[in-house]
Amino acid sequence: MKASAGGYARAESVRHALDLLAGSEGQGRVLAGGQSLVAAMNMRLSVGDLLVDISKISELSGVAVEGDILRIGALTRHAQVGADAQIKTHAPLLTAAVSHIAHAAIRNRGTIGGALAHADPAAEFPACALALGATMHAEGPSGTRGIAADEFFEDVFTTSLSEDEILTSITMPIAEQGEVQILEEVARRSGDYALVGLCLIKRAVGHRIAVFSVGPRPILATNAMAALDQGDVDAAVEALSNEIDPPSDTQASSAYRRHLAGVLLRRAVCRMKGETA
Amino acid sequence: MTEVFRDKVDVSLTVNGEPVEARVPAGQHMIDFLRMELGLTGAHASCEHGVCGACTIRVDGDAVRGCLMLAAQADGTDVWTVEGLTDAAAVSDLQDAFITRNALQCGFCTPGMLVAAEELLSKGGVPSRGEIREHLSGNYCRCTGYEAIVDAVESVALNRAGKGVA
Repeated sequence: MKASAGGYARAESVRHALDLLAGSEGQGRVLAGGQSLVAAMNMRLSVGDLLVDISKISELSGVAVEGDILRIGALTRHAQVGADAQIKTHAPLLTAAVSHIAHAAIRNRGTIGGALAHADPAAEFPACALALGATMHAEGPSGTRGIAADEFFEDVFTTSLSEDEILTSITMPIAEQGEVQILEEVARRSGDYALVGLCLIKRAVGHRIAVFSVGPRPILATNAMAALDQGDVDAAVEALSNEIDPPSDTQASSAYRRHLAGVLLRRAVCRMKGETA
Repeated sequence: MTEVFRDKVDVSLTVNGEPVEARVPAGQHMIDFLRMELGLTGAHASCEHGVCGACTIRVDGDAVRGCLMLAAQADGTDVWTVEGLTDAAAVSDLQDAFITRNALQCGFCTPGMLVAAEELLSKGGVPSRGEIREHLSGNYCRCTGYEAIVDAVESVALNRAGKGVA
C-alpha cells in the first residue's frame, strides 16, 4: 500500500531534530534509514506521523575507537558496519550479525541506531548490544544520557528512550585479547528474521549469552552463562531452556524455538572451542 | 508549530544523469515518484514493504529499495534506474546474458535483478554461485527458479574477468 505521513521535516542537526520533535505535539517520529519505518507506513501500521528525517545529519555517522571503547554513530548503515575494519577487530559480533540482516539493498539503507531504537525482538543488533554490554547514548531536551543495553530494551518495539529523545550513538568495550564473539541463528530463508538467534561471548571474566526471537526482547541468559563458566555445556543448555519462554507463531512453535536455542548454544560452544558442530 | 512539517517537500536530485527538481508529497515513496511523476516505469512497485526487490534502484551508488525510501529523502542524491543504466550501456552485457540464458520469462523482476546483480558485479572479481544467490536473495522471481539468473550473472562475471568461455 501507499504510506501516509502527516508531514515531513529534514533535520540539519541533532539540536534541530530535538526542536522538531518537541514541536510535534507527540506526533513526531524519527526517520533514519527507514527500512522498518517506511515499511510500517506503507502497511498503514503507522499513520499520520510527523517525520523528523535525521538521515542527513553527518555527525551521527561513523566509527571511532576512544581508548578501550568503540563508538558507532547511530546513522552508520548496516553495510558500513559490516565492512568496517575497526568493528571487525574490536566487535566482530557486529560484523557477523550484518550478514544475517535482511538483504543487501536493505543493508545499504538501514542504520544501526534505527535497528536498536526499533527494538524488533527478532533482530540481531539489539541482542548483540546486550551480549556486548553496550551503552546506548541518547540526546534530549535536557541533555545527554547513556543507557545500558539491559535497561534499554523493554518490550516488543519498546525501549526506554523518551519520545523527545534521539539515539545518537552506541558504545561498547573493545574486545580483549583472546576474546571470542560468535553469532548463530536459524532462519528459514536467507534474510528472514531469525526463528531463534544466539550471541556467545567469551571473556576472561566469563561467558555472556544473549538470545533473540525467543520473547518480547533479547534476553541475557545468566543461568546458562554461569553453567558455561563452570564448563558444563549440558547444564548450560538445560539452564537456557528454563530461562526462556518463547512464543508460538506461524513461523515456529514455542517448543521448537526452545529446542533450537539449545542447538545454537551447542554449535556456538563448538565454534568457540574450534571444533565443528 | 507544526507548520515546519510540510505536506509537500521540495527536492533537487539527478535521475539517470539529468537534474530533476520537484515538489513531492511527504509520504510518497521514491518508486512512485519515479514511475508516476517522471514516467520511469522500469523499476516496479510490487509488494511495497521491502520484501520482493522489484523496485530496486541505484541511489548514490548503492542498490536500494525504491519502496522503502521516501521521495522527500532523495534531495541531493544521484539516482539511476534501469532506463538510465540501459541508455548508458552499463548493463548491456548483463541484459544480453539474461536473454541468452533465459533468465527471465515475464520480466517483472528483471529491472530490480539487473540493478542488484550489477551492484555485486561492480565489486569486481568472480563471485561464487553461492555469493550470487546470497546477493540476489532479496529479489524474488516467480518464473525462472533462479538457476538461469545465477547462470547469467556468473557468465557475465567470468566474461568481465576475462575468463569467459563465450
